[in-house]
Order: sequence, then structure tokens, then C-alpha cells
Amino acid sequence: MSPAARELYGDVIRERWRRPRFRGELPPPATTAEDVNPLCGDRVRLSLRLREGAVEAVRFTGDSCAICSASADVLAELAEGRSTADAARLGVDDVLAVLQSDIRPTRMRCVTLPVAVFATALSNAERSHRAPETGHPRPEPGTRTPRQ
Amino acid sequence: MTLDEQTRGDFPILDRIVNGRRLVYLDSAASSQRPRTVIEAMSQYYATSHANVHRSIHTLGEEATALYEQARDRVQRFIGAASREEVVFTRGTTDGLNLVADALGRTLRAGDEILITDMEHHSNIVPWQMAARDRGVTIRAIPLTPDARLDLDAYERLLTPRTKVVAFAHVSNVLGTFNPVQRLAARARQAGAVTVVDGAQAAPHVPLDMSALGCDFYVFSSHKMLGPTGIGILWGRRQALEALEPTRGGGEMIKEVWIDHARWNDLPWRFEPGTPPIAEAVGLMAAIEYLEKLGMAHVAEHERALARQAVEVLGAIPGVTVYGPPANVERGAVVAFSVEGLHPHDVAALLDQEGIAVRAGHHCAQPLMRWCGVVGTARASFSVYTSPEEVSLLAHAVAALRTRL
Repeated sequence: MSPAARELYGDVIRERWRRPRFRGELPPPATTAEDVNPLCGDRVRLSLRLREGAVEAVRFTGDSCAICSASADVLAELAEGRSTADAARLGVDDVLAVLQSDIRPTRMRCVTLPVAVFATALSNAERSHRAPETGHPRPEPGTRTPRQ
Repeated sequence: MTLDEQTRGDFPILDRIVNGRRLVYLDSAASSQRPRTVIEAMSQYYATSHANVHRSIHTLGEEATALYEQARDRVQRFIGAASREEVVFTRGTTDGLNLVADALGRTLRAGDEILITDMEHHSNIVPWQMAARDRGVTIRAIPLTPDARLDLDAYERLLTPRTKVVAFAHVSNVLGTFNPVQRLAARARQAGAVTVVDGAQAAPHVPLDMSALGCDFYVFSSHKMLGPTGIGILWGRRQALEALEPTRGGGEMIKEVWIDHARWNDLPWRFEPGTPPIAEAVGLMAAIEYLEKLGMAHVAEHERALARQAVEVLGAIPGVTVYGPPANVERGAVVAFSVEGLHPHDVAALLDQEGIAVRAGHHCAQPLMRWCGVVGTARASFSVYTSPEEVSLLAHAVAALRTRL
């Protein structure tokens, strides 16, 4: 690979794209969400399972480019094991910090798509978790605490 | 001297260095580059003659009006229109298609059908959906044959007395397929349907003759044919244009206005409300002059050779799939392809590192992407300044891609 391409697709992106660790689908009763990138038609589908107020597992599938796949893979890794409140605070900057690549503005949607899909999946999962049981109040929006 | 050798020096942007390499611009189907004469004509207009057109009774206003209307005459001759009244300036192909769809849509009734094709750009799909919405109008699409052409037998079956509009691309912006406009239009006419042709990918590349095509409306953009952005052409057969009610009102499109009603202006101004793109018309005129000097037959020949070369060299690379008709069938100046195991955006981003600009994605043709069985493709497209060497450079870079990510 040429040095120029290395800047564009850093080692993390290439490694995650070649050997994603979280690609796949969780068996039911996982919660899923998906969306498309209108720019390119890419589709990302996330499945997610909560357990005792924490994100137990996250997997992703979809037709997506190297950056989008790497973003989804990194996000899944960052989310697993976190409390739902903590996971809800994961954002684009958290993913970018891991990717360590020169993401151009035209490709930023490739990074943000999995982040947005994850937020939808998480809020769907929390809602369906709360429905059958009580005692898991949803954190109030705006009462976020800083992440460690 | 080949066409690219003849024209190359006229396009200042082609000297750009991108990522350390001389730019290889293979995205002309999205938007072409402009020769110096176009850039200078627009600068000159702004520097010496700009004023609003048509109702400015002063020297500059008269000069601007004369230039704007000269541009219309130039377009009329370029496309073989019967009269200047048939040439309406729009903001581009999308704008022209929306104008026609909006106006025609108002004439449709429940049970009517609009027939499009499976290879349309979203610009020739979505405006029809909007026109059909809430009217009980159905949209149907002519399917494609396995060799990426319109299924003309299916067309015969789909064309019924219910069909009121047949809308299709002259040349597919992905497959490069040339659709048989004359044949499609003649059958539509027999069935009593109006034909609307999206000429965005044909007008820059082949000689046009509206008097021979037989369609009712033909729409294209300036910025794909060496002209400026922000201006396009809607050509309409006079009777077809006269049958349309204007859907956008304002200055310029009226003869007289009262508080509760107005009387429309004559063609073509009836469809040009507001201050038009004047400098853009001047630039378009310069672009047409440039193309006519080259000769559209030469342009077509040059780009056909490039497309054939691209289909052959890309198709010969292991792991590369080329979409569209085979190399021996005439195609427009676009070649869509994919590289096994690589997402089209990654293909485009990696080629950009070599200074090669190609398009990647769904090309605003998602129904066609589904037919191709992909979410997107990469696409190389050509213009008068594209050289065979650039197509070879593309092929070499594509061949090396799979080792790069």
C-alpha cells in the first residue's frame, strides 16, 4: 500500500475492515435498528442485547465501505460492557479517536451512520426492556455525567 | 491530432496537481470542466454588459437581453429545434423534469399511468411520484433485458390507453445504454401518450436533432456539456409546450396582471419566471460554440472509442465487473464498474490518492442499482478532453487496488 493510502485509511481502519471483530447478528430476542447513507446507499444494521442495565453484546451487518465498517466495529467494541447510560453518551468523537485516520468531510457520514443507528437501537432496546418490567427508569435526557 | 490533444490546453483546470499527480478527471458525466472561452465569456459579460434582461430600457439592459436571447438561438440551432419559442431556459435537467412533471401531472386523472424505466436517474423518477401522488395515478417501469437494454416487448405490453406519459433517459447515466428515442416516442404517440426524454447524458456527447427524435419534451443541463452550472434547457414541441399550464409564477412570465388573475406571456418566457441565469446563458452559448467548432460527430466518435477502450481494459482485470451493454454495442461516455471485495467509495477514495477522479455510489439510480444487485458502483466518464492514456492510467490503478486496502 502506498503512503498516501495509509493516511487515508489508517491501520485501524484497514485492520477492522479486513478482520472485523463484531460483524454478525445476535439471535433473538436482540433489538435491531438499521439505516442507510443517502449519499451512497450504504446500509448498516446493528443488533444489540441489554442485560442488567448494561450493553451485553453488539453486532453489525451491512453493505458498507471500509470506513463505515470500521466505525461500526469500533463502536460495538466501545459499547459492549458499558452501562446503558454510559453507552448512550458514545459519540462520533469516541469513534474517531480510535480510528486515527484522516477522515475527509465527504466521508464523515460513513463514520456517523453506525453511531446514529446505534443510538436508535439502544433507545429501542431500553424501551422494550422497560415495557415488561419496572424499576429501570430511563435516564433523563440532559442529566449526563462526564465519561471517565 | 486526436480530440483530447486538440482541446487539452483549453481547460486550465486539467493542469491541477491532485495528491502529487496530474489530475485525471474521469467524472465528466457528473459535471464536465469548462474551456477558457466559457470562463472568459462569463467574466467579460459581468465586466462589461450585466444588467437585468427584458425590461431594462438602457444600454446595458439591451446588451444583456440581446446576449440572453442570442444564447437561445444558439441552443435552438444546436439541438435542431423548429423555433426559438420551443427553447426554455431552466436551472438544469432536474429543474426541467420537475417543471414538466408538475405541469403534466395536473392534467392526469385517477386511473392514468405514467411509464418510466428501471434505468432512470432519481430526477426522472421522483418528480413523477410527486405528480402521481394523491391523484390515483400509477407509475410503471419498463424492465431491462439481461444485456442492460430496455425490454421493448415489455414496453409494448405496458403501453396501454391508460398510459399518459412515457419518460425515459436518452442515455443511462450508469449503464451508458442508448435508448431508441425515435422508436419509443413513435409508439407512445400512437398510444396517445406524451414523451419526456432526459437528455442529460446525451446532449454533451452526440449530435441532437429535435425535429427527428419525435419526442414531445427533451431536457438537459449546461454543466455537463462544458457550460456553467445553474442553467439547463427544456425543449418542448410547440403544441406540447402550449398545452402546458405554467406552474411557477412571477415576473417575466405574464402579459398582464390583475389582483385576482393574470394572462400568461408567450412562449418561451411563460415558463421563465423571475430573473433568469443570464451570465450562465452567455457561458452556455460559448460552450456550444466550442462544441460546434469541434463538431459533435467528432465528439461522439472520440468518446465512443474511450468507452469501448474502458469496457475492454477494465473488463479484462480479474475481479472487476463492468456494467452495461457489451463493448461492441454503442454506449454513452460512461462506464460503471465494481471491484470484488472493495466498496465503491473505497475504490474512488483510493483512486483519488493517485489523482484520478471517478464517481462512486448509487449515481442517483437506486432502482437500477437493485437491478445490478449492488448498493453502488464506481463510474468513469469521459468528455472531449479525456485521453486514451487516462483510461489506461485508470485501468492500471484499478488493477493495483486490491492490494492497497
